[in-house]
Amino acid sequence: MNDKFASWPHRVLAVVTGALRAITHLMLNIPERPMRWAQRVLGGQRIAWLFLTPNLIIFSLFTFLPILINFYYAVTGGVQLWPSERPFIGTENFQKLFACDNYFDYSTCDQDLFWRAIYNSMKFVSIQVVLMVLFSLITALVLNRKIVGRGFFRSVYFFPVLLSPVVVALVWRWILLRDGVLNAIIESMGGEKVLWLLDPSWSFFWVIFVTVWAQMGFYTLILLAGLQAIPRDVYEAAQMDRASPWRTFRKITLPLLMPNMIVVLALALIRAVQTFDEVFVLTGGGPGSATTFLVQYIYNTGFAQQIQRFGLAAAASLVLAVVLFILTMAQLRASRSKIDG
Amino acid sequence: MTHPRTSVARTPVGLIAFLFIIATALGCSKNDEKTASQPSNSTSPAAAASTPSSSPSGSAAELRMQCYGDGNECEVTRELLAGFEKKHPNIRVVVDVVPYKAILENLPIQLAAGEGPDMARVTDLGGLNKYYLDLRPHLKDPAYWEKNFGKTLDWYRAGRDDRGIYGLMTQLTVTGPIVNKTLFDQAGVAMPARGATWDDWVAATHKVAKATEVPFPMAMDRSGHRFAGLAISMGAKYFDADGNPAVVDDGFRNMAKKFIDWHKDGTMPKEIWGGSGGGQYRDGMKEFQNAHIVMLITGSWQIERLDKNVGDAFDWVAVPNPCGPAGCSGIPGGAGLVVFKHTKHPKEAALVLDYLAREEVHAEYMVRTANIPAHAAITEKGLDYKLSLAAKTSLNTFMGEVSGILPPAYVLQGYPYNRAIYNATVSRLGQSVAGELSVDNALKRITADINEAVKEAQRK
Amino acid sequence: MANRVVQFLTRTRGHGRFHLTDWLTYGYLTIGVFLMFGPVMWLALSSFKTEAALLQFPPPLLPYGPAEAEVEGYDRPLPLYRVEKEDGSETIMAQVRRIGLIAQMVDPDDPGTIVKVNVKKRKRVEEFQLATENYSDLWRQFDFPQYLWNSVFITIVATILTLIFNAMAAFALSKYQFRGRTAVFLFIIGALMIPPTIVLVPTYLVVSGMGLLNSPWGVIWPAIATPTGVFMLRQYMLTIPDDLIDAARMDNASEWRIFWRIVMPLSAPALAVLAIFSVMWRWNEFLWPLIVLNRSEEFTLPLALNAFQGELKTQWNYLLAMTVLTLLPVTFVFAFLQRYITSGIASAGVK
Repeated sequence: MNDKFASWPHRVLAVVTGALRAITHLMLNIPERPMRWAQRVLGGQRIAWLFLTPNLIIFSLFTFLPILINFYYAVTGGVQLWPSERPFIGTENFQKLFACDNYFDYSTCDQDLFWRAIYNSMKFVSIQVVLMVLFSLITALVLNRKIVGRGFFRSVYFFPVLLSPVVVALVWRWILLRDGVLNAIIESMGGEKVLWLLDPSWSFFWVIFVTVWAQMGFYTLILLAGLQAIPRDVYEAAQMDRASPWRTFRKITLPLLMPNMIVVLALALIRAVQTFDEVFVLTGGGPGSATTFLVQYIYNTGFAQQIQRFGLAAAASLVLAVVLFILTMAQLRASRSKIDG
Repeated sequence: MTHPRTSVARTPVGLIAFLFIIATALGCSKNDEKTASQPSNSTSPAAAASTPSSSPSGSAAELRMQCYGDGNECEVTRELLAGFEKKHPNIRVVVDVVPYKAILENLPIQLAAGEGPDMARVTDLGGLNKYYLDLRPHLKDPAYWEKNFGKTLDWYRAGRDDRGIYGLMTQLTVTGPIVNKTLFDQAGVAMPARGATWDDWVAATHKVAKATEVPFPMAMDRSGHRFAGLAISMGAKYFDADGNPAVVDDGFRNMAKKFIDWHKDGTMPKEIWGGSGGGQYRDGMKEFQNAHIVMLITGSWQIERLDKNVGDAFDWVAVPNPCGPAGCSGIPGGAGLVVFKHTKHPKEAALVLDYLAREEVHAEYMVRTANIPAHAAITEKGLDYKLSLAAKTSLNTFMGEVSGILPPAYVLQGYPYNRAIYNATVSRLGQSVAGELSVDNALKRITADINEAVKEAQRK
Repeated sequence: MANRVVQFLTRTRGHGRFHLTDWLTYGYLTIGVFLMFGPVMWLALSSFKTEAALLQFPPPLLPYGPAEAEVEGYDRPLPLYRVEKEDGSETIMAQVRRIGLIAQMVDPDDPGTIVKVNVKKRKRVEEFQLATENYSDLWRQFDFPQYLWNSVFITIVATILTLIFNAMAAFALSKYQFRGRTAVFLFIIGALMIPPTIVLVPTYLVVSGMGLLNSPWGVIWPAIATPTGVFMLRQYMLTIPDDLIDAARMDNASEWRIFWRIVMPLSAPALAVLAIFSVMWRWNEFLWPLIVLNRSEEFTLPLALNAFQGELKTQWNYLLAMTVLTLLPVTFVFAFLQRYITSGIASAGVK
């Protein structure tokens, strides 16, 4: 015991664990009495509100209140910051957003970039989410196998998650520029330079690639947690029955992984619709407006301009929120029926 | 898990650690208060220039200056202020170095909310006017300011009747081309002389590019500000007789068409203007430094960087702006130090600016940051920049360009919503370069974008 | 010994033979290492390049700089060039100066005679050079420990509070039947739909109204009630069997004790994931602290990092060095924690 505490890392560790224990102890015992009292007063189920309170207070102040202000912005105009100073203009912002001669041709719209952004976002989300979930699943399955250097490989796949989106985009931008690393490699092998960021399709591809590259590790981790929670004996039973690996995967792994898959799907979907930083630095929404997504449109209108049009931006953000809400609820419902059925 | 109660009792280390954590937490909050009430600049990035400890009297004033730098501007300001603080021991200036993004996007919001620093280095000179403190009553000698900064003082003002003095130009910029001279020499092509037109230059750089196998003859920074210089040379006025924006006129249209054609025929690389979206700024320095373009349309601020990075690889030189039918104009720009109304120490802040505006201090600042001064007397005397001969020559060329700037360029620079005009120009012409919009549609969108934005800004 | 190594390497699927799926697995992993790690390594290497080298094409893999030599009679070291002679052979010479297309060169062994060489016939000699001044300048210019401390403080406090508050809310939403449960859940899900970037301005107004500007708490509080965290934990807690909780209630445990001693430990994997998530977010957060924190003594690392982005120029060399420095602490934390995270996930199997 004594020599263990001789070296300073151990001493530091002991201090930290000691502090943690003390805190855990206090956290357990201090609320005990008030909680018991509350339980008596509120009853067995309504006590839940007590657990919700801290979160709800902060949530109302810093998330819900701003969203309400944002709602109000959507029906006001001008460039003033304080809601009370902004003139009320009713649905004018929404009318502006939806003023189109032909909804299938964004160039006929008053806010052509808004519709272009919606179209781009839809395309991006439908491709990116599928690829994201697919590659996360493959990676999680691979990392779940008995492989040499598992810890190392896990770190490797997770590492990009540690990078900030801006850094991710900067690194890839340098790789993809006309005079970037990738073109240097291609040229050294005798190929022709490709203008990755000038061709709309390539740019779109790279935007998807880079976002998957950067975020995949996170979803892999969630799926890995699910895979590890599946008990070994289920597989052993399947092996006894000589089930094919594919059948095992479909009948055992996938259903048991479903709760984690739902989380991954929902988060990936929401995150994809909200994609901003990476793309903003990587392509800036270009070429032209080929990779301008909704959040960037909102950012450009409400924030990055000298004349900051909070009203129009807020109206667009409401449209975004409604679309996302419908998508998420539909997806949650679908997955729930799948589990039940 | 062992029972926590017993384990804590057994490990006094844990208890001590716990108390320690609480103590540190409290200590921290105390520290915060201390820094707030008793200023110290030891944590500012520019703390290298440490200052003598201030007098303990309660009248000490702390001024917060938000500063962004393209190079060493903030550090030099901080170091020069050491001299000021020696004379005024009860005034402290803390320079908070922030990214330009903070000045451009966040500062207006902070100011509108009644927050923000006492002073800042800004570029939206006219746009932030309503938050400025008029320095005139606090200045020792307003006439000195009028005499030396005459032309640029207007940029900070609200309108024609405004006579206030609001800020100190810390950097004057002029747009213009820089040319890879070595490529011209290798091709054996003579450089077009002063007064040559844009078409002359396009022809010459094409010849050079072909002879030296350089991919592109020309490039221009992705910026509506740079474009404005060209358009004004073509006769664009940007405003109607009443001073309202009327951006797309014949001059602007002609330049836009030429510009798009340059991208189609390979005069300019598409990726700078076409490869990004929205109003994002990109420069062509990487291409120029690798000798992939013959001529880059940029501005005076790049000289110091070129001098450092190109080194001996090739010779480069700034040349006079090529001409259009209306003239051979670049466009001025720059950044200035301003004081905001809400400051608790207006007198002290004015003292700081008065100090920095002194001829000898201002000149030292300009030399050390390799910027062009907007100060008449200093300009007349000239400055001895610590740069290579080539860089000095180029800087002088740019300074000479100031006289060739046409009146609309000054008006545009002084217009409070000029960035809205630049943004619309870049984003729509960029789309056109990328092949998404025809030139005519791009011009229509530019007009619509600007009108809509200005209308919104004027809605009360 | 060799036998055991082979045995160890081929320990797959329990059959002892290298199956096709193993080949696929290792193939996938190898590609992954290059793809996932390559760009990061390149970032790290680039942070040792000078600004000029960063803008070079083709981009050199390793940080190179011009080789120089001391030549007698010249007070400054002269740059070395590989010069092609008229007979086609190559020598290394030092350049005195260049005028237009002609370079004046000297042979370092014969400093007396100056040779005129066409610039096309010379090529710069480069050698491996680490631009450590990228880092040392930073250290001199910046109060790095202060920014580090600010970042660490915000990250740790925000993460701990996030975990506790979100777990409490998730517990309430997953294990109780009370009126308004669905409403609260929808309320939280709804907030998930609005990206924080968009409500930046309204949030700023709220935080400013509460007097939290220029304080780390102005960054911490708005970050805590992440809807993502509540959602993720709730989904996880739904899988915890109710029998456990009912059994504890039989033993007359209070609801708080149930939460703290049963639900929290059982949710460890989800909590671990949320902890990582929260740490990453707080550590890398940029837009929000940029508007809340204006005083340099309150700056976090990402703010200091971006101070190199000017209006017209960005100082890439410093930006990259700062990026690497910012990345180091989280890398260490992760390297240290990853064993616990994965083994924790493995041992905390729920069912």
